[in-house]
Amino acid sequence: MTNLKHNTFKYLEQLEDEAIHIIREVVAEFKNPVMLYSVGKDSAVMIRLAQKAFFPGKFPFKLLHVDTEFKFPEMYDFRDQFVKEIGANLLIEKNQEWIDKKAHPLELGVDKCCSLLKTKGLLDAIKGHGFDAAFGGARRDEEKSRAKERIFSVRDEFGQWDPKNQRPELWNLYNTQLLPSQTVRVFPISNFTELDIWQYIKKEDIPIVPLYFAKVRKVVEKNGLIVPVEHYGPIKDEEVKDLSCRYRSLGCIPCTGAIKSEAKTIDDIIEEVINAKNSERENRIIDLTSDSSMEQKKREGYF
Amino acid sequence: MKELNKSLLRLTTTGSVDDGKSTLLGRLLYDTNSIFLDQYASISETSKRSGKEDVDLSLLLDGLASEREQGITIDVAYRYFSTAKRKFIVTDTPGHEQYTRNMVTGASNAELAIILIDARKGMQTQSKRHGYLLSLLQVPHMIVAINKMDLVDYSQEVYDEIVADYVEFSGKLDIHDISFIPISALKGDNVASRSEKMPWYQGETLLHVLENVHIVADKNMIDFRFPVQNVLRPDLNFRGFAGTVTSGTIRVGDEIAVLPSGKKTKVKEIVTYDGSLSEATNGRAIVLNLEDEIDISRGDMLVKPNNLPTITDHINAFIIWMDDEPLDQSTPYILKHTTSKVKAFVSKIHYTVNVNNGHRNKGVKSFSLNDTGRIELKTVKNIYCDSYRKNQGTGSFILIDPISMRTVASGMIQGPVTTLGEINDPVKTNKSSNIVWQKGGIEPKQYSMRNGHKPAVLWLTGFSGSGKSTIAETTAHRLFEKGHKVILLDGDNVRHGLCGDLNFSIESRTENIRRVSEVAKLFYNTGHIVICSFISPLKNDRLLGRELIEKGFFEVYVKCDIEECIKRDVKGLYAKAIAGEIPDFTGISSPYEAPENAEITIDTMSVSVEQSAEMLLEALEKDGIFTIDD
Ligand SMILES: Nc1nc2c(ncn2[C@@H]2O[C@H](COP(=O)(O)OP(=O)(O)O)[C@@H](O)[C@H]2O)c(=O)[nH]1
Repeated sequence: MTNLKHNTFKYLEQLEDEAIHIIREVVAEFKNPVMLYSVGKDSAVMIRLAQKAFFPGKFPFKLLHVDTEFKFPEMYDFRDQFVKEIGANLLIEKNQEWIDKKAHPLELGVDKCCSLLKTKGLLDAIKGHGFDAAFGGARRDEEKSRAKERIFSVRDEFGQWDPKNQRPELWNLYNTQLLPSQTVRVFPISNFTELDIWQYIKKEDIPIVPLYFAKVRKVVEKNGLIVPVEHYGPIKDEEVKDLSCRYRSLGCIPCTGAIKSEAKTIDDIIEEVINAKNSERENRIIDLTSDSSMEQKKREGYF
Repeated sequence: MKELNKSLLRLTTTGSVDDGKSTLLGRLLYDTNSIFLDQYASISETSKRSGKEDVDLSLLLDGLASEREQGITIDVAYRYFSTAKRKFIVTDTPGHEQYTRNMVTGASNAELAIILIDARKGMQTQSKRHGYLLSLLQVPHMIVAINKMDLVDYSQEVYDEIVADYVEFSGKLDIHDISFIPISALKGDNVASRSEKMPWYQGETLLHVLENVHIVADKNMIDFRFPVQNVLRPDLNFRGFAGTVTSGTIRVGDEIAVLPSGKKTKVKEIVTYDGSLSEATNGRAIVLNLEDEIDISRGDMLVKPNNLPTITDHINAFIIWMDDEPLDQSTPYILKHTTSKVKAFVSKIHYTVNVNNGHRNKGVKSFSLNDTGRIELKTVKNIYCDSYRKNQGTGSFILIDPISMRTVASGMIQGPVTTLGEINDPVKTNKSSNIVWQKGGIEPKQYSMRNGHKPAVLWLTGFSGSGKSTIAETTAHRLFEKGHKVILLDGDNVRHGLCGDLNFSIESRTENIRRVSEVAKLFYNTGHIVICSFISPLKNDRLLGRELIEKGFFEVYVKCDIEECIKRDVKGLYAKAIAGEIPDFTGISSPYEAPENAEITIDTMSVSVEQSAEMLLEALEKDGIFTIDD
């Protein structure tokens, strides 16, 4: 064999190469792709991969943020700054009708609220702009039903996922042919785990929202969730205490709790993830409501 | 950072329902600390609700609600775990016959497969089917895990019997590396730690094999293939070709040829976001910047001018049908192959295979869901391909239905179909008319580049019955499996034809060896690894071959005491020779001059056939026969 010495197969490099291949394949085969940008760490990694895929040029598609107006202020600040820095073109879409109607998880229930503000917001945006492919930063290790998701996930005209009728996906040959009514969600970082994401963020020095880092925050504990009070407005009858904590994943304020943590740097976070006792979405109310909640959402068109 | 130097292993698991596949994966996740408390809490809750005593680790793996209801895994699910040495991506696929397509999907990217067998049931039809499909997809490494050993009292006998059955069966398959491990997924024996209950098992634990199996050598590092994915033109000054190196290596300054145009140029720069590279190998996603402005678009392929793929519009392929709608020969399917898409018709159906027993059904008119078999495909444009055996990336394809847009089949290319008419038609033989062939004879170097190895001659000498032929055949198989050009010359295939006029007198033996040496040289000159297996008792005769071959001649002394050979007497020849029925028989009535300076000596009284073949391969490797230097 020639030059084996050059072939230290480092796994992050392999995951990176795989993702770049996928991103390029989408750009080559679809007319109007878009990349979903959630402002979180997975999106951050996905965007770096998109930059790499088209270097020395810029990636030839827009970013799309489906906003619920429930995101953390730090996320909005970070988003606007970041997008400006990398010179990307960002679309912000909302389900304004329900935002105006003051949709809230506490009143509608988590599932209903998500379905209206996120899923419907996303479907309307995809339809409105005529996107045929949307990149998402979902990973298979995040959640049980995602483990069965294809990298190219075909959706019907309502954006719905049919887990029983998925296309076989072999080698790195992706079927990019669609019926006129169909669209596709593409997940280039499917094979990254949470730990891989952090390793990659460190290796690549990728900027992320400061909420991921621990600091002492004023919190209350509610049903086992740690809820920092700064974002939640007035709290009644509950004991407020100081706690060093951070966000392990970022979503909407009412539905995202923090975790107890001392991790102030990326290295600390990596250490913490390696020793983690709970899965990543522990602080997400969205998955905990029923045993099959994520699968249900995905069937409805959630990414 | 240590974490970053981990390697990646993609593996797939197969087994029939209830063989313990999910339990084993759950066990691996659990033993490598890849299970989180909240996940564990959720499954232990579910276990309790369904009245189970122990926590059912298999629940970790059942992703979809509908499956959970039926209690079986129906689709392909992807799992991740890692140890200090490696990161593992597991495709967890169902075992039922109706899920063949899912299994094939899981196996397509796998570097290793675990086949589970329930020790109580032994080898089942399904186990054979799985073995067959894995060999079809050329998964390089296979582990047969014999599970539920706790339920058979950890009995060595039970284990040995299953192993023997499987070895016999797998001998007919095209499997490169197979090992067997007795385990209990439920109790953990021989999964991550050695079993105290099975002291008779001397091998490694499952996890140890997963962590240490050598995978780098499985990749094709020789034949440079670069299917162009995108053309990048960010500004007027830059024009680059983005893609993934499917196989082989490319360096700055290398000459390349573009298919189909046949134009040649050189690599000016290998561009990445992280800086320019001096070379890129198999799997790397890069951008190539070329010396000359050449018109190149997506679907074109960059290769090296002296190492071309097959250029053809008519291929022989093995396919697996994956759609509910059966194959229809009048449908113009979309063939996706590398980065190209081209219309293709199934021009001929050869046969389907009964995957349970390997029997061929000839005369079939169509393929339906999960059928596998051989067909011919006619494409409307040329494709640039290699056989799947040699090059997975350029040997694999999918077929897409032009109406439903579903993926209806996956396929593995065996080679081009060439009819007599086509051979005589210079356009059809299409070694692309634009590629300029060098004048004169073909250089040895060119053969090496094409074959991916240098030529060599392995000359096996030893008594009749010493084991020469078996070793020669096994070695030939091993080389053949690597995709190498190999030819075996032995008494049987030359004594009848080429040397049919010779007897066994001293003079005739010399003439026999002279002819064989000359033939060996002809093959050597065209790049083959030639294995000669002849008693060749005389030192001077053996010198002949050595003198004819400049480099890469290996004298292999297959050593075995004459007493032992007489005892073995596989062909009954010694008995006859001793009885005087065969004159001039080496060791009995004719001398044998043992080699004094053999490159390799194999003592078959203590070394197995497999080990012997391994020794020969190692010797070739060490001598750089498998290395092509530019
Ligand atoms: N005694 C014993 N039972 C096992 C073992 N492995 C699996 N099982 C049991 O066999 C049954 C089927 O296992 P499961 O993992 O669901 O099989 P799958 O259908 O192949 O995924 C379950 O009741 C397991 O607890 C083993 O090593 N020993």
